[in-house]
Amino acid sequence: MKIGTAKHSYQADEALLTTRPQRLWMGLFALGLCIAPFMLDNYWLYLACLVAINVASATGLNILTGYTGLVSLGQAAFMAVGAYTVGWMQLRLGTPFLLNIVAGGIVAAAVGLLVGLPSLRVKGLYLAIATIAASIILHFVFVNWQSVTNGNSGLTLTPATFLGTPLTDYKQLYFVFVPITALMVLGAANLFRTRVGRAFIAIRDRDISAEVLGISLLRYKLTSFAISSFYAGVAGGMWAYFFRVVTPESFPFVYSIFFLAAIIVGGMGTILGAILGAVFMTLVPELLRFGIDWLTPVLPNAAAMLSPVRTIVFGLLIVGFLIFEPKGLAEIVQRTRRYFHLWPFKK
Amino acid sequence: MSDLLFFFEVTLAGLGSGALLSLTALAFVLIYKATRVINLAVGEMLMLGGYLFFAFAAGFGLPAWAAIPLAIAGGGLVGAVVERGLIRPMLGESPIAVFMVTIGLGSILVGLVELIWGTDPRALPAFMGNTPIFIGEAYVSRKIAIAFAVAAVVIAVFLVLFRYWRGGVALRATATDQAAAYSCGINVPGVFSLAWVIGCGTAAGAGVLLGSIGGISPAMGVFGLSALVVVIVGGLDSVAGALVGGLVIGLIEAWAGTYLGGEFKLVTTFGLLLVALMIRPYGLFGTTEIERL
Amino acid sequence: MTGALDSGATGAARLEVEDLSLSFGGLKALRGVSFSAEPGSITALIGPNGAGKTSMFNCISGFYKPQKGSVRFDGRDVTRMHPPERAALGFARTFQNIALFRGMTVLDNIKLGRHAHMKTGLLQALAYWGPAQREEMELRAEVERRIIDFLEIDHIRNMPVAALSYGLQKRVELARALAMRPRILLLDEPVAGMNREETEDMARFILDVKEEWGTTILMVEHDMGMVMDISDHVVVLNFGEVIARGLPHEVQADPHVTEAYLGSGDPAALMARLKGETGTTGNSGAPTDDRREDVA
Ligand SMILES: Nc1ncnc2c1ncn2[C@@H]1O[C@H](COP(=O)(O)OP(=O)(O)OP(=O)(O)O)[C@@H](O)[C@H]1O
Ligand SMILES: [Mg+2]
Repeated sequence: MKIGTAKHSYQADEALLTTRPQRLWMGLFALGLCIAPFMLDNYWLYLACLVAINVASATGLNILTGYTGLVSLGQAAFMAVGAYTVGWMQLRLGTPFLLNIVAGGIVAAAVGLLVGLPSLRVKGLYLAIATIAASIILHFVFVNWQSVTNGNSGLTLTPATFLGTPLTDYKQLYFVFVPITALMVLGAANLFRTRVGRAFIAIRDRDISAEVLGISLLRYKLTSFAISSFYAGVAGGMWAYFFRVVTPESFPFVYSIFFLAAIIVGGMGTILGAILGAVFMTLVPELLRFGIDWLTPVLPNAAAMLSPVRTIVFGLLIVGFLIFEPKGLAEIVQRTRRYFHLWPFKK
Repeated sequence: MSDLLFFFEVTLAGLGSGALLSLTALAFVLIYKATRVINLAVGEMLMLGGYLFFAFAAGFGLPAWAAIPLAIAGGGLVGAVVERGLIRPMLGESPIAVFMVTIGLGSILVGLVELIWGTDPRALPAFMGNTPIFIGEAYVSRKIAIAFAVAAVVIAVFLVLFRYWRGGVALRATATDQAAAYSCGINVPGVFSLAWVIGCGTAAGAGVLLGSIGGISPAMGVFGLSALVVVIVGGLDSVAGALVGGLVIGLIEAWAGTYLGGEFKLVTTFGLLLVALMIRPYGLFGTTEIERL
Repeated sequence: MTGALDSGATGAARLEVEDLSLSFGGLKALRGVSFSAEPGSITALIGPNGAGKTSMFNCISGFYKPQKGSVRFDGRDVTRMHPPERAALGFARTFQNIALFRGMTVLDNIKLGRHAHMKTGLLQALAYWGPAQREEMELRAEVERRIIDFLEIDHIRNMPVAALSYGLQKRVELARALAMRPRILLLDEPVAGMNREETEDMARFILDVKEEWGTTILMVEHDMGMVMDISDHVVVLNFGEVIARGLPHEVQADPHVTEAYLGSGDPAALMARLKGETGTTGNSGAPTDDRREDVA
């Protein structure tokens, strides 16, 4: 394969979607996203919104953990920072929806920078534990900073208004959340076409040689923390407008584990992986609910089993993927793709 | 009652729970030293130990002297199964991946316990008696005193075993240099299994002690978080760090909980953890890893 | 940020190391080492295992902080400068234990070398907008034209580096160093572990870099045949001290050098290598790429 030297051919070679089938599928997918709200009932719309929120946050964590190799167990806490920021601005300042969401991201990014500071000295699992510490300290702040967070009773939000319409039902929220998430995913994909993304991956693969090759660890580790928590903050902001109540218990520690699980199951360090993982991990508990509902006539106390079974399946998915498919769902998709090659186009 | 006496009592209680932390941390360090696995499920192993004891003592009506060893053996058995089934397939994978496996394992254990015994907290059948013990004028809960004594004895036994028992020596050799241990004819996979069996058995035993003090519930695994602080502060691969760290964290939690209020317990310890990490990234007694180009 | 330090100067630089001392606890890795690398020439730094050659490189690229002495780059004192800033000045290097980024393709590894000279910031990167895109396209074109063609690696550009043979990995490392716009190129054992043919290829590439790019090259190498063939100047280290320096044939004849090498291993093999007859794989043993895998 020899690539011509004309400039436009490099551009084509470095595009996000390089083959015709890829572009076709992406087009179909986008079309599907547009018409889906008109076909889905309220329950599925609810899930679609939740998926959008989780995809945004998982994509952020993937930048930090999957691409930069800095394991964080604090993603939910950063979401909480975004959610509280949005709630506070909405209630106290009455500022517009989009501004609040962006501000939620920025405040979360600032907190993320702070939490990222230990990453300059502490590595690997020690860092993961430092992020647990940060989550616990943040939780303490949420409970005790009464004047801003309203303590344990939390904040209750009014619906967001966007272009003069209050966003009260799931369909409206869908049409706001999905574009925001799509933009964030696109941003993440772009990042890895540039020197910033390459610097992240270099730090993940071998940070000390990366430094000698011209990458400032200080700058890029902190950048990665900031951007990942920005994503979390925006996701948390959407979460706040979605559930409209934010309390210290809204973003428990297991939610952080959930995101780590999502990128593991989906495939760390691939854009597709974070998306697939977040979708999958959000939907599995619902599928289990159907399963249990279906069993109820046979097993009278099946309903009580739902929560433990979800917990078990959650653990089994993490363990199972790590052992049997460490590259996650994204790898399965790649394999399938290779199998069908360029279908439906002939080569 | 004088403030000083009260402080003394709080301190004693802190040392008591500190000894339990040391014991749990020891279980953790044991596994880490031998296999380089951070076992985040150690808290859940502890919980499982409490429930196994509950099953044997309350379910089958066995006396404590039979139920305790059974609970510990049950914990050890689970440790063996986990090592063979989940950890060994991950040999050679990144430490982070293995760490995540133990997180998944924790989730599985919690789910199983909830499925079998439900989510409500339960009290363990009493086997220690209730008469308080006095040291001078200071009051110590009998259960805490016994827990402290048992933990101290177990730790002492461990230290002796490490030094003189063949298995202990093999374990230390493996911890120092896996390849060298292997070429000296030490059965390294065997050592891995052994470490998991002993580690999980120890955690289960600690669970029985902890459960008999405060009752058991599926959420009692959070005790593992405090133990995690202990090993990070002490150094993941340091037995001395686990012992000293356990007592220090126990004391700090007791003081913070009493003088500042219960909600300050975790923040204080985790705040200290952050400070400790910034000052000494590999713990107070841990081995610094040197990186070369 | 580091890009701003890019002086814009190009061409070969002069490197001077003066009275450099480095110790690790009690171990003195370098004791008052002084030497210089002249613009546009190839200087070889040789010496038995553990002599302190890699430590010297690490001091020059800023990874180790020497306790004493200075490193000067075109007369400018850079001893206290951080590694990324030095990279922006034009310090480029390869590593003894291959340090490619295994999660990236060959092309991305090479592009990464340019990092310190690029300007794209975070927001531009997220949008892949105007200047960011232009910068990437220019980089791609230049990498293709000046590096990939030059080093004859166009057939592997889209492969993950982990899939490459050892020799090719070393070549990709050279490519990445060249992408750093080197004004001084530090090569740590560029042909260790290579077979004869690969060694000859690499020697040719190094000479070509010197001739076509005019870069100053400082090279650590155990393969005496290659050292004698291509270097202009040789500096010999032993136990952290310079024991000889001069033109290749002068050093070859120096009894101190023979003695140093004799003290460190199998005499016959070493004599053979000193005479430059073998052109074999160097004596650094099996190259280990995983010295620090455990800290992932
Ligand atoms: N980070 C470090 N900590 C402690 N000692 C070190 C460190 N780096 C190097 N050394 C020691 O410094 C001495 C010089 O090592 P160096 O790697 O510079 O040797 P070298 O000349 O490159 O040898 P080789 O030919 O084997 O590559 C050796 O004794 C080595 O063990
Ligand atoms: Mg060396």
